Amino acid sequence: MKQWENFSKGFIRDNPVFVLFLGLCPTLAVTTSAYNGLGMGLATTFVLVMSNLVVSIIKNLIPGKVRIPTFIVVIASFVTMVEMLTQAFVPDLYEQLGIFIPLIVVNCLVLGRSEAFASKNDIFSAIIDGLGMGLGFALALTVLGAVREVLGSGSLTLIPDVAEFTIYQGDGMLVFVLAPGAFLALGYLIMLADKLKKKMY
Amino acid sequence: MDYLVIIISAIFVNNIVLNRFLGICPFIGVSSKVETAIGMTGAVAFVMTLATIITYLLQTYILVPLSITFMQTITFILIIASLVQLVEIVLKKVSPPMYQALGIFLPLITTNCAIMGVALLAVQNNYNLVESVLFGIANAIGFGLALILFAGIREHLDLVDVPKPMRGVPIAFIVAGLLSLAFMGFSGIV
Repeated sequence: MKQWENFSKGFIRDNPVFVLFLGLCPTLAVTTSAYNGLGMGLATTFVLVMSNLVVSIIKNLIPGKVRIPTFIVVIASFVTMVEMLTQAFVPDLYEQLGIFIPLIVVNCLVLGRSEAFASKNDIFSAIIDGLGMGLGFALALTVLGAVREVLGSGSLTLIPDVAEFTIYQGDGMLVFVLAPGAFLALGYLIMLADKLKKKMY
Repeated sequence: MDYLVIIISAIFVNNIVLNRFLGICPFIGVSSKVETAIGMTGAVAFVMTLATIITYLLQTYILVPLSITFMQTITFILIIASLVQLVEIVLKKVSPPMYQALGIFLPLITTNCAIMGVALLAVQNNYNLVESVLFGIANAIGFGLALILFAGIREHLDLVDVPKPMRGVPIAFIVAGLLSLAFMGFSGIV
């Protein structure tokens, strides 16, 4: 039961994007479509789970004073792995996400979970925490991407060529695909998420 | 001429915060007062310019000749993290008043994606040393411009009757969206 709570807190109650406001740069930058948001979310989830796992294993070996640089090196190693994996297996996504894949390393969500959770808890809890927070992040990015894509271009792409839908024909509100739309859409989504959170808890 | 294009494009057209979405955390976090916004801008400008120079040298003279560019992410973040520490120590010794002004912002800069983002963009655009330095400075100015404008608006926003569910962060994002819309007016000038 406790582990379920640990897992599910990332979705609404402590959602990294809508409630904690962590990792906003990739959130705003890559969510021009639901697929990009999902891809970025899953890449971050991988880094988060692996770095939480490693940090939790080595937590007793690191002297307190150098723990932050150590965490950063651990995170950077997994980010490099994600960079290579996406480049090899999903090159189109790699092109779309651009510099935001190496920038996962400075995503405050990843460092924040290492520092606040993984360095104080056992290995299993750390993995569950990483998975829950990561999937909550992916959920937020996918929702934001879907809203922007539907309003901006009238289509919804979860996986290209497999799950592509046309919502309406004709021109969408182009501004939602451009930079200002990211801020506007996120502003309204944060408001809705706050409402939802108050209803549920 | 090329230099002017780099500067104008980094400050207005592709503004680092409002168009490239780098450095959003301090943009939302420390922008409630103009004074703190100016302090943050100073610290970012300092570290960003230094970081761009050092990462350029590292990339050109170490990573590329040894063909280990896949180490870019790890080496860049370590350089930036140690640079921030170094700047903090040096400032504390050399200029205590400046340390007083910028000190609290320095630790926040390590995880500011604007610094790392600008370093990566300079490498990606194949800039030479002079261009990289200018790119770093211009982006710092762009960051400062967006942050200080936004802080000015937010100071006024406190006096306005905002609908209850929109108060705080949601309205800040809407304002940022409108600011970004205004900056879109610059697109096309270079």
